[in-house]
Amino acid sequence: MSDEQTFLDTLQARNEARGDEPTWIAARRQAGAARFEAVGFPHKRVEAWKYTDVRAIARGEFRLADSADFSPATAAALTLPIEALRLTFVDGVFSRALSDLNTLPSGVTIEPLSHALEANHEAVGGALGRLAGVDFSPFTALNTAFAEEGAVIRLAPGTVVETPIIIQFLSRANEAPVMSHPRVLIEAGGRSEATVIEHHAGESGATNFTNLVSEVMLDRSAILSYYKLQEAPVGDLHIASLHVEQGRDSRFTSFNLNLGGALVRNDIIDDLNAEGAETQYNGLFFVRDRQHVDNHTLVNHNAPRTYSNENYKGILDGRARGVFNGKVMVKRDSQQIEAYQNNANLLLSDRAEIDTKPELEIYADDVKCSHGATTGQLDEDAIYALRTRGIDNQMARGLLTLAFAGEVMDQVTLDVIAERVELAVAGKLPERFNLTGLVETASALGEK
Amino acid sequence: MLEVKDLHVSVEGSEILKGLNLTLKQGEVHAIMGPNGAGKSTLSAVISGKEGYEVTSGSITFEGRDVLEMEVEERAQAGLLLGFQYPVEIPGVKNIYLLKAALNAQRAARGEEEIPAPEFMKLVKEKLAAMKMDPSFLQRAVNEGFSGGEKKRNEILQMLVLQPRLAMLDEIDSGLDIDAMRVVADGINSLRDPERGVLIVTHYQRLLEHVEPDVVHVLVDGRIAKTGDKQLAYELESRGYEWVLEESTA
Repeated sequence: MSDEQTFLDTLQARNEARGDEPTWIAARRQAGAARFEAVGFPHKRVEAWKYTDVRAIARGEFRLADSADFSPATAAALTLPIEALRLTFVDGVFSRALSDLNTLPSGVTIEPLSHALEANHEAVGGALGRLAGVDFSPFTALNTAFAEEGAVIRLAPGTVVETPIIIQFLSRANEAPVMSHPRVLIEAGGRSEATVIEHHAGESGATNFTNLVSEVMLDRSAILSYYKLQEAPVGDLHIASLHVEQGRDSRFTSFNLNLGGALVRNDIIDDLNAEGAETQYNGLFFVRDRQHVDNHTLVNHNAPRTYSNENYKGILDGRARGVFNGKVMVKRDSQQIEAYQNNANLLLSDRAEIDTKPELEIYADDVKCSHGATTGQLDEDAIYALRTRGIDNQMARGLLTLAFAGEVMDQVTLDVIAERVELAVAGKLPERFNLTGLVETASALGEK
Repeated sequence: MLEVKDLHVSVEGSEILKGLNLTLKQGEVHAIMGPNGAGKSTLSAVISGKEGYEVTSGSITFEGRDVLEMEVEERAQAGLLLGFQYPVEIPGVKNIYLLKAALNAQRAARGEEEIPAPEFMKLVKEKLAAMKMDPSFLQRAVNEGFSGGEKKRNEILQMLVLQPRLAMLDEIDSGLDIDAMRVVADGINSLRDPERGVLIVTHYQRLLEHVEPDVVHVLVDGRIAKTGDKQLAYELESRGYEWVLEESTA
């Protein structure tokens, strides 16, 4: 039996158990399955997957989870400790107990996909799948075939949501690995503003497969900050694509922060469809041992006077591997656009590896574009300079690694995320190095 | 306090220091002068533990400890601190992080607790004022984008905060204008203490007008060719180094 057939059999069993669905959903599933069956899992001869081997997924046998039970104590420790509107999924299954939607501001809808479909499936049908077609990748096709749960967020025009919206995905250490194919749909109405955090975490022994597809639409002048904080267990397999579409004068800011997972692939695609649309891509990953993180980003400047700025950094230790592919596409009539891209990587070990590739395709002549990529080790002169002040080798390396990450983390305006990532990066520092104390002292002095 | 005996040091196979002897006692300020290429910077680099210098024979003892057996950071923790001729830029590491981490490393080596935050802030503010530096310096990355003068002030600031047992200053006066020279000299003078030693390595006599040395050594061709008091510095300024070399080889 082929690798694909295992997944198709699981799908068929699920479809039979699920019973009747609205026609359009059944048709989408069918289209997703057909596409997946036709193309199969990507292999390394496909350019977009050249450096990322997905055999660990293809050869796996994953059940679908049927409960959202999760230890409340573990959940409490993993959950970001801030006041938030929260949707929680455990191995893809909605957990009412771990969600918090009691105080929804007016103009905001946040609900699990299953509820949205039940209440009014036609209202979802128009938007779902509009940006992420089954031909985007075999994983999008697979997601479309399986998708039955996820998050639907709608912001009415003019709605400003101060409280962050968290979509939390928890992964359990099950007896046998499970898979989930969540779907996120965000529609931000004109002049609306919000911060969304997609947070992945879980029990340390977990070895599950998450295959997420998100679609985000920003109407005229909408402002959306989108954080992805990926702290999945180091045995988890994680594939995600984020598809964004922006209207006139809208502003999208992405933070793609990856610390966990055994095999991670992120695709981000943003279509800047009208003048004045702006997007910021910030990325940071820190991987060790045999972790693998692949970030593929694409900005389509489909309209004149659009702006994109990308800054991605990677820190690799042990035998970890990283991939960065950043593509900027400027259409023929997209004049006076600005597109900047920067990628820097830090290799902490001789056996770590990074493959980085910027791609610029520019068909307009009046544009400002730049890109740069650097890869290096910690600066030995700087380490020596710190040691001459009495700071030991390990701490000197920790300080410099933190400083490298800081260039991306300085842009983060949510303290809870900045601290979480800073502490994760600083995790290798000796305990007596009281980072929190340093930061507090620094800010106290800054105020005086 | 510091005892250098018959020190021979090679860099990439060629001998730079050729039997250097130096004794510095607590409370003294010594200046080492000499022409370019005499081995002045090699001496301070070897004492602070920089890689790439091969000690072929001789010894360095600091307060009874064999310096050459100590790690770079152990030397600093023991109070042997070097101020650089070319301070290194450390992007992303704030000055305040460096100062606090360094001070706590030193305290930990002595078996002391970490410095409480209010005490640390008070100390740092006082030293900043002494060096005529704005508190915003603390939030900036170490030496990043600093002018030459700012970098040198920052080296002295570190000395004032870390309070070394022996402060070594390698060409601290290079690249300083008159005003910065005064501030740096005042900083060095405030380090003068009966308990502490100061070793100034310099090419010019200029700094020594502001910081009076107790002892002046002339380093020529890898050896101390002559030792005297501060008058020797003036003599070198007017006569150059040639005569010392002739005298020592005669």
